[in-house]
Amino acid sequence: MLEKLGVQSINDLLIDIPPSLRLEGLQLPSGLSELETMAQVSALANRNKVYPDRLTFRGGGVYRRFIPAAVAAVTSKPEFYTAYTPYQAEASQGTLQAIFEYQSLIAELTGLDVSNASLYDGATAVAEAAMMAYVHTGRNEVIVSGYVHPEYVQVLRAFGDGRGIKVRKGGEPNKKTAAVIFQQPDFLGLLVDARGLTTAAHDAGALAIACVDPISLALLAPPGEYDADIAVGEGQQLGLAPSFGGPHVGFIACKKDLVRKLPGRLVGTAHDAQGRRGFVLALAAREQHIRREKATSNICTNHSLCALAAAVYLTYMGPYGLRQVADVSFRRAHALAERLQSLPGWELAFPDRQFVNEFPMRVPKAPAVLRKLSKKGILGGLEAGRWFRELKGVVTFTCTEVNDGRALDELVEALTA
Amino acid sequence: MTEPLSFELSRPAVDPPRLPEADVSGPGPAEVLPHEALRSRPLGLPRLSEPEIMRHYSRLASLNYSISENFYPLGSCTMKYNPVANELAAALPGFAGLHPYQDEDSVQGALELMWRLERALCAVVGVERVTLQPAAGAHGEWTALRMIAAFHGSRGENRTEVLVPDSAHGTNPASAALSGFHVVEVNSGPDGRISLADLESKLSPRTAALMLTNPNTLGLFEREILDIAEMVHATGAMLYYDGANLNAFMGICRPGDMGFDAVHMNLHKTFTTPHGGGGPGAGPVGVKAELVPFLPSPTVERQNGRLTLDHKRPQSIGRVRSFYGNFGMLVRAYTYILAMGGDGLSQASQDAVLSANYLRKLVENDLEMPHEGPCMHEFVASAQNLHENGVRALDVAKALLDKEFYAPTVYFPLVVPEAIMVEPTETESMATLDSFAAAIKEIVARARTDPQSLHAEPTRLPVGRLDEVAAARRINAYLQGSSDDPVLRWKAPSDGAS
Repeated sequence: MLEKLGVQSINDLLIDIPPSLRLEGLQLPSGLSELETMAQVSALANRNKVYPDRLTFRGGGVYRRFIPAAVAAVTSKPEFYTAYTPYQAEASQGTLQAIFEYQSLIAELTGLDVSNASLYDGATAVAEAAMMAYVHTGRNEVIVSGYVHPEYVQVLRAFGDGRGIKVRKGGEPNKKTAAVIFQQPDFLGLLVDARGLTTAAHDAGALAIACVDPISLALLAPPGEYDADIAVGEGQQLGLAPSFGGPHVGFIACKKDLVRKLPGRLVGTAHDAQGRRGFVLALAAREQHIRREKATSNICTNHSLCALAAAVYLTYMGPYGLRQVADVSFRRAHALAERLQSLPGWELAFPDRQFVNEFPMRVPKAPAVLRKLSKKGILGGLEAGRWFRELKGVVTFTCTEVNDGRALDELVEALTA
Repeated sequence: MTEPLSFELSRPAVDPPRLPEADVSGPGPAEVLPHEALRSRPLGLPRLSEPEIMRHYSRLASLNYSISENFYPLGSCTMKYNPVANELAAALPGFAGLHPYQDEDSVQGALELMWRLERALCAVVGVERVTLQPAAGAHGEWTALRMIAAFHGSRGENRTEVLVPDSAHGTNPASAALSGFHVVEVNSGPDGRISLADLESKLSPRTAALMLTNPNTLGLFEREILDIAEMVHATGAMLYYDGANLNAFMGICRPGDMGFDAVHMNLHKTFTTPHGGGGPGAGPVGVKAELVPFLPSPTVERQNGRLTLDHKRPQSIGRVRSFYGNFGMLVRAYTYILAMGGDGLSQASQDAVLSANYLRKLVENDLEMPHEGPCMHEFVASAQNLHENGVRALDVAKALLDKEFYAPTVYFPLVVPEAIMVEPTETESMATLDSFAAAIKEIVARARTDPQSLHAEPTRLPVGRLDEVAAARRINAYLQGSSDDPVLRWKAPSDGAS
């Protein structure tokens, strides 16, 4: 190759680099065989403690769920995971159609008109929705109502700082309010008055942004039913491993009149000269590669493969499977809440509030209790006081279909021992 | 062959998958929750059996080109081979099974991996610290600009402008705008590099930063980078490096040494984490010492061999993503770096430069080369020489698809008309490069003899050229209420089919 180029060495191709900048290699160890590499990486993995799924009662935005084998069997197909963003539609119909199906599934689940192709996570989805509301209403304040995931609010603040958007905690919406953001169920697992919050937002001329748990939507009224304008959320529960927090997938869906303000990619149907249906990237004029500084968002790389996982998961479950998963989780959580309340000193932190499959308990000597559970191989609930001073001593417990009846017994036995 | 949608394959007779029963005595939702909190309409998800699902997605997979089967010379995207061991590493239960809110004592291996990855990335780009939190390149750009804004703010300076070259990636101006900056474009000179005169005229006390990628999007190294850095720093502004093109010079030179203050890296380009049909990726950002206080929270710290997450960072710009970033992608990138080592990474970049120059040489008489070589890891050609035959860059791209090559990036960068941007990467053999060049030659020859046939390409794929203009019209009709076909999602035929 060098000969073809008529040069002596690679250095002859690097003549534009000032000599003072040239390195003699990198200050890193030499390469390893696959055997040695995997031994080192496995050694790091083995230094972590992995709690069994069935003995994990901690949620807070990331949950253990049953993941059908079909999900990994599809996402590990190299034709999916080693493809790029589908810029050349004719050679990317697999990815495009899968994303179109994902968009359709999310729109169906949320009861809204249109979903985009995916965002990074639940937190950035909340922030992007707030940006949409800011642009749509021309108002520069958003209200976060109730216990929205604290990390989502932190990310929202960081995004808002850049564009001069004020994030207000609680309070009534007024004519400066671009959106009211609430989480259903909230960070503690409790149901909020989604209809009331939506109506209040609309009465003030603001948008209502619902951050929702996708599995709960098999049971609960979806945002479209209570007239929320934008639904967002974290899709990790739809077939993705916890993976220390990522990669997961943020979803966002909205009413028709907001579609042009959606961030990121959208896939739509199109036809070729012979009238065959195919799929293309649509409404690209919103995006950074066309609009540059006037784009609705800067997002380019999204979480396509995670969206594919979610699509396979939802298709595997179907309407009745998803309902079963949600129903089992609901019943187990309520059974567990009942049993935990009978422990001395333990009580529901908000006894008047309803929940789905995560609930806050007041727990005496919570840190010691959680340490004790951990020693027995149980990942107990999450201390909410870490983020909310007024919730010191409050621990949220979560149950899903992976926490079988015997696992609930083991938890209670460990607590009473 | 096209494939019906899962919704179209749905059969009501399909039983739901077998799932656990509650086996506890808890009440059901309808017994506890108020009626208005419950879903009133049935959930319209498709109903397919597992074999039908597997067959459906296998067929969809077969409709894709991918790096596993095709040469994918997509400029600026660094489509190199994704080592399969990386996938095994990320799937290890000791990583995939970790809850992000476990106690630090129980995740020391994960934090150690993040720490080691950070040190390795610091070594590659020449910076003090790296945040692994950003989920993608654009997210990293925005994160860095937030830090730069915080830095200026901490000094009581109100700098409102970010300079961006006209050849920059679209994410650069978009990220700057979302960070609250006014974007000022800097022109390229005739040699394809940033015009120092234009830069000088646009630098001012209002300038917060210049965003630059080097080599630039034309694949050309900014020879005067040291002068540029001096000019930028003299005005008190910062220099930001768009790491999309980092694959050009690992072990050859470092952005930190060039004078860049903040650098983002695309782990899904340079460090072989797969693109996944558009993501997930990861976009860590490296910074020099003066920006360290502003890094997103938390950072990973190491003291006496124990690793902790530091959330107490008073000057931090805050959190840019939930948890700690795309951890699974960090595992893959770290695995790649371990396997390659310093020697392997340096070799990779050298080979990438060699591949690009070799391929450029092979096609330099077939397409226009608007700028003089040598190039770095990619080159930009122009199809303008085919204009007289009525053939455009798009036609060349579509004809390549029919020859089982994915197309190069076309119509970018915007400063080159009919641009064809080619990045072969180091993982392709000479034979592949030769056959790609032969395909280009054949297409160019056909442009002279039978240009009409190129407008019909591709003809050997599941669908022909799709009419995006008509699609946009249909979407408009839907959004304006004059059509029931949502175009952007499936809708049951009874309500008006797509």
